Amino acid sequence: MSLKTKGWRELPIGGLILEGGTSEMYKTGGWRSLKPIWSEEKCTHCLTCWIYCPDSAILLSDEKVQGINYDYCKGCGICAKECPTKVKAIEMVEER
Amino acid sequence: MGKISAKTGNEAMAEAMRQINPDVVAAYPITPATEIVQIFAGFKSDGLVDTEFIATESEHSALSACIGSAASGARTMTATASQGLVLMQEMLYIASGLRLPIVIAEVNRALSSPINIHCDHSDTMGARDSGWIQIYSENAQEAYDNLIQAVRIAESALLPVMVTIDGFIISHGMERIEIIPDEEVKGFIGEYRPRYTLLDEERSITMGAIDFTDYFFEHKRQQIEAMKEAKEKIIEVSKEFNSRFKRDYGLFECYRLEDARYALVVLGSTGGTVKVVVDELREDGVKAGLLKVRVFRPFPWQEIKDTLAYIPFIAVMDRSDGLSSLGGPVFQEIRSALYDIDSRPKVINYIYGLGGRDTKLHHIKQVFQDLQGIDRTGRIDGLINYLGVRE
Amino acid sequence: MAVRLKDLAKKPEGLASGHRGCAGCMEPIAVRQILLAIDNPCVVCCTTGCLEVVTTIFPFTAWKVPFIHSAFESAAATISGVETAYKVLKKRGKIKDRGTKFIAIGGDGGTYDIGFQALSGAIERGHDIVYICLDNEAYMNTGIQRSSATPMGAHTTTSPAGKVIPGKREFRKDLTRCIASHNIPYVAQAVPSKWRDLITKVKKAVEVKGPAFINILSPCRLGWGYPPEDTIEIGNEAVETCFWPIYEVEDGKWRLTYKPKEKKPVSEWLKKQGRFKHLFKPGNESILEEIQDHIDQEWERLQRLCS
Repeated sequence: MSLKTKGWRELPIGGLILEGGTSEMYKTGGWRSLKPIWSEEKCTHCLTCWIYCPDSAILLSDEKVQGINYDYCKGCGICAKECPTKVKAIEMVEER
Repeated sequence: MGKISAKTGNEAMAEAMRQINPDVVAAYPITPATEIVQIFAGFKSDGLVDTEFIATESEHSALSACIGSAASGARTMTATASQGLVLMQEMLYIASGLRLPIVIAEVNRALSSPINIHCDHSDTMGARDSGWIQIYSENAQEAYDNLIQAVRIAESALLPVMVTIDGFIISHGMERIEIIPDEEVKGFIGEYRPRYTLLDEERSITMGAIDFTDYFFEHKRQQIEAMKEAKEKIIEVSKEFNSRFKRDYGLFECYRLEDARYALVVLGSTGGTVKVVVDELREDGVKAGLLKVRVFRPFPWQEIKDTLAYIPFIAVMDRSDGLSSLGGPVFQEIRSALYDIDSRPKVINYIYGLGGRDTKLHHIKQVFQDLQGIDRTGRIDGLINYLGVRE
Repeated sequence: MAVRLKDLAKKPEGLASGHRGCAGCMEPIAVRQILLAIDNPCVVCCTTGCLEVVTTIFPFTAWKVPFIHSAFESAAATISGVETAYKVLKKRGKIKDRGTKFIAIGGDGGTYDIGFQALSGAIERGHDIVYICLDNEAYMNTGIQRSSATPMGAHTTTSPAGKVIPGKREFRKDLTRCIASHNIPYVAQAVPSKWRDLITKVKKAVEVKGPAFINILSPCRLGWGYPPEDTIEIGNEAVETCFWPIYEVEDGKWRLTYKPKEKKPVSEWLKKQGRFKHLFKPGNESILEEIQDHIDQEWERLQRLCS
């Protein structure tokens, strides 16, 4: 569905949304005041950040962390906090 | 020609449900609709239907389960009355908003308080703005025919439908009715092919999303249009029913109305009583007639206006009072429909039969006499009148 | 086989990004874990509440699985209709048997309170459904009002900590035990902070024939008053203090799925949350004691049931 606001004749009936996952068109990255910075060198790819991310904003490829999806990351800081103590591959910095 | 049989209104509705053999029935028993649910459960237990029957723990859950079922593409029905319909009220709006073609067999009964199990129309009138098509039946035959048609109407309009009968008077009164052969009912209703379903393998739909101010009005506008368009769909289904089964239904029934000077407007079983009085008055040379509303939602105001425009004296009979101080809902809407006519008929209102109070021939005669009195004197003494209540 | 993140990461996500949950909200974490646990097709039905609102703001839906929301109190009844439709349409040859699973998700408002009757009815009828409560211990969607899941002492907007009344005066309803009394095949308590435990429980719940219920503690950073990054820690400490023991009841057999090595005093958990701040003012010591005593008793009782 396009972001253009449609008239009543064009909309599907019953308030239905006819495809899944359209929220990906809505970017929540602008909510952020703190930004997670991921270190490729330090990361052990334990995926703890991934399983605890409320916004599915940890980018993976072949089950390995590739970085943060800043389009959606709201900057909650759970990833940085839950990154294991000995690893600490994510650091929160002020959003500019 | 079908089989002639003696059935109560409830039995007739249950029989229609057996023949429809819906995918899912979710229901909770309530007087005077209990029998419909009981009889249908019996059909299920005896293997006469292979419907899945959900005996829920409340009417609210019954309609909620119907919503889940209809949203999954299943032909879905329920039955209820009175407090049950009121408990469903929240879900009535959700069913129609989601455009789910659920059908309710409804038995009209008064609303508490005081608690009362007998007929009036306050239950369905309270649901008149819930986005459901409403079809009122005069007798068991009409209830049976209407329920069968309702399945087709709901599925073509993509709106839910309630078919009503008057509690006890019709629900428990034994009548002679013609039952259409099973195969012919099956042929008439056809296979249901849902447009959208949660069980669609191809796509994952979201139903019941939240609208903010940017979309709500558009979605309601669609629903308004669907209700307007439903009128033609009801007419189409009724025509096809008539061509197959030789029983003619319109949006309303006109009885000796063509040259009438005095007309009553009623819904439901009182139509039969009025017809008797009309015949008697006609024999005495009084030009009496009846307009019996079958489809109250959508409200066929244009057709009613065209029909009543030339009848100078009209009494609208309401079996519920809106407690608004302006009489009953049928009165308000009929009167409003006639407003644009240059030489408007005189329209008065009678509240009658609340809580199952009997409405007899002499009551109806009184109403016609009152109309004749207005004709003679040119004066309306009572705009809103109460028929058969002790002062 | 033990659940491993490397395996889960191969699966497609059931909940898309772009939903409007607060930063640090536990609910989407829970939902991601639930959907990652389910290998079959599924239909999800939500009660009205935070989750439904933040995931379905038209025309945006975060759900990649079929989804329905009907009303606040009716998720259990609605999903029972979906499950029944599936059963009959399969029987009548109108749809294929795809092993579809039926999941209802409600908040504590829609589950402990307004939807309690519908839930009890649906599980008594034996529908093959999984009902999951995301318990954030108050009506968060409408602005933090008390529910029957709100713990004793907590400040909410309808049980405010005022000059004479120190927050909610009643203990919370033990809903998990209420549901276990329905003698359904599977009942559990979980928390997303213990992801492996939660995912294992969801897998069991969808596998059993008949109704299953999982009560998931879902800390709410806004309503509970803590920084967003602490969500997982707050969830873990609820378990370590035995405020929220994680256990399961499988065919009537009670089992702790995690036992803290050393039970921490509940005050350690309470003091991290703004909603309990007033309890640490002088004069309220007895309330803290009362809360601790209650947890001790409940923990004893649970251990007996699990022994």
